[in-house]
Amino acid sequence: MSEYKKPLPTVDGDSRVYWEGCRQHKLLIQQCEDCQKHIFYPRNLCPHCHSDRIKWVESSGKGKVYSYTINRRPAFPSFAEETPYVVALIELEEGVRMISNIINVDVDQVKIDMPVEVVFEKATEEITLPKFQPARS
Amino acid sequence: MSIRKAAAIVGVGDVETEKGRVPNGMSVLQVQALAAKRALDDAGLTFDDVDGLFTAGFWGMPGDGQFNVLALAEYLGIQPKYMDSTQIGGSSFEAHVGHAAAAIKAGLIDVALIVYGSTQKTRLPSEFVVVPPAHMSQYEIPYGISLPMAGYAMAAHRHMHEYGLKSEHLAEIAVATRKWAQLNPAATMRDPLTIEDVLNSPVILDPLHLYDCCLVTDGGGAVVLVSPERAKNCKKKPIWVLGYGESLSHYTVQQFPDMTMTSAAISGKAAFEMAGVTHDDIDVVEIYDSFTITVLLTLESLGFCKRGEGGDFVSNQRTAPGGDFPLNTNGGGLSYGHPGMYGMFLLIEAVRQLRGECGERQVKDAELALAAGTGCYLSSTSVVILGRD
Repeated sequence: MSEYKKPLPTVDGDSRVYWEGCRQHKLLIQQCEDCQKHIFYPRNLCPHCHSDRIKWVESSGKGKVYSYTINRRPAFPSFAEETPYVVALIELEEGVRMISNIINVDVDQVKIDMPVEVVFEKATEEITLPKFQPARS
Repeated sequence: MSIRKAAAIVGVGDVETEKGRVPNGMSVLQVQALAAKRALDDAGLTFDDVDGLFTAGFWGMPGDGQFNVLALAEYLGIQPKYMDSTQIGGSSFEAHVGHAAAAIKAGLIDVALIVYGSTQKTRLPSEFVVVPPAHMSQYEIPYGISLPMAGYAMAAHRHMHEYGLKSEHLAEIAVATRKWAQLNPAATMRDPLTIEDVLNSPVILDPLHLYDCCLVTDGGGAVVLVSPERAKNCKKKPIWVLGYGESLSHYTVQQFPDMTMTSAAISGKAAFEMAGVTHDDIDVVEIYDSFTITVLLTLESLGFCKRGEGGDFVSNQRTAPGGDFPLNTNGGGLSYGHPGMYGMFLLIEAVRQLRGECGERQVKDAELALAAGTGCYLSSTSVVILGRD
């Protein structure tokens, strides 16, 4: 694998479990044990009821496009090779949303509400990024 | 507690630009000092009168700008007893007005100086600092998201999906704003612009075109607020703070709860209720136009039209000079200038309109103005309603 030149996440106390899950091809999100709502991005207090009883659960990895944009110009020079590319806000089945790329698709075919599924892309030994592609089923 | 008529704006000042750049390679501190001096001169006050200092900005980070209110006070040679560097993005200065009015109402200060300066267009290469994505950004930046614009582009797509908004509607805003800029000699972009020009300009981030985006310029501005007692002896007639509200719906794009509505629904409602006026009472409206979609969502969120009807509302050049809804009368961030955090210039233009100082672009008999700031990724909003005697 050639050297990875794009920005990499800075793993911290909030995100260590999340990124380790991604490395193992598991999309881990959080759930509040009190109000039962799912939480993303990870944190130590539920943003809905402020309980600190938070657990990790594995997402189905399935969701749909809540909205998106197509980068006709790269955000950073390191993205030039793959431009144009899609940056989307994905709503997972569990109800939480996350920013990711939609890959393995013609960028002009992406639509809001399009069903998508997670696919893991290894960046470095430590970091694997969850990305999304059109759902197969 | 209401701060209705607790304070008045008595001074405004700004710094001219040529092709978007401040003159003579001025430093960002020189820009702020000049704007502050002009605002105080406008009011007939001096730096010795200032007892509250308010500022926000992006200059000198990392570096001296991290302590921007201290740095600015030192540079100006003043020792305020009240300091506020609230940073909620481009809406910070409307928030500063509210905070300053509250401090004046509480009797903590009498004269508040609010200052902004930016030399983002002429800044030195060494001032560009790229940091590895951490905290919330670690879940966004690795995907090559273009901030802040991606949040606005996604909001536009979502509005198109839910309500059938068209690029033509957004172009109406860009064109109407350009017509105002053509009446303002201080505006950066004054060439004619048509709907077709906007639609034919390059798509930067779908669905937003080049002319849906604000300019990138330098600039500086300042506003002076005083107590009713001090307002009696100022050079300019008072422009009263009648209503105020601030709010947020999210910070990062990923947490944007409803991409077709901003928290102006909350901050605007608070401002209208405090002022005791209705939408129809407002004569001139200044809405943050980082992008055309910002204006459209804010119009709906403030309640000037129903949700989903913003496209129809701005059609047929309704917000242009001669239309029945004067909007962004200096030419806005889209055509006047956008030095990073534009909210300061909403206030300055609103005050000048209420004073009747706007020459060719003057809205006749303007008595009430609304300035609505938006910050970051449609994240924060703050709304000020101003009125003259």
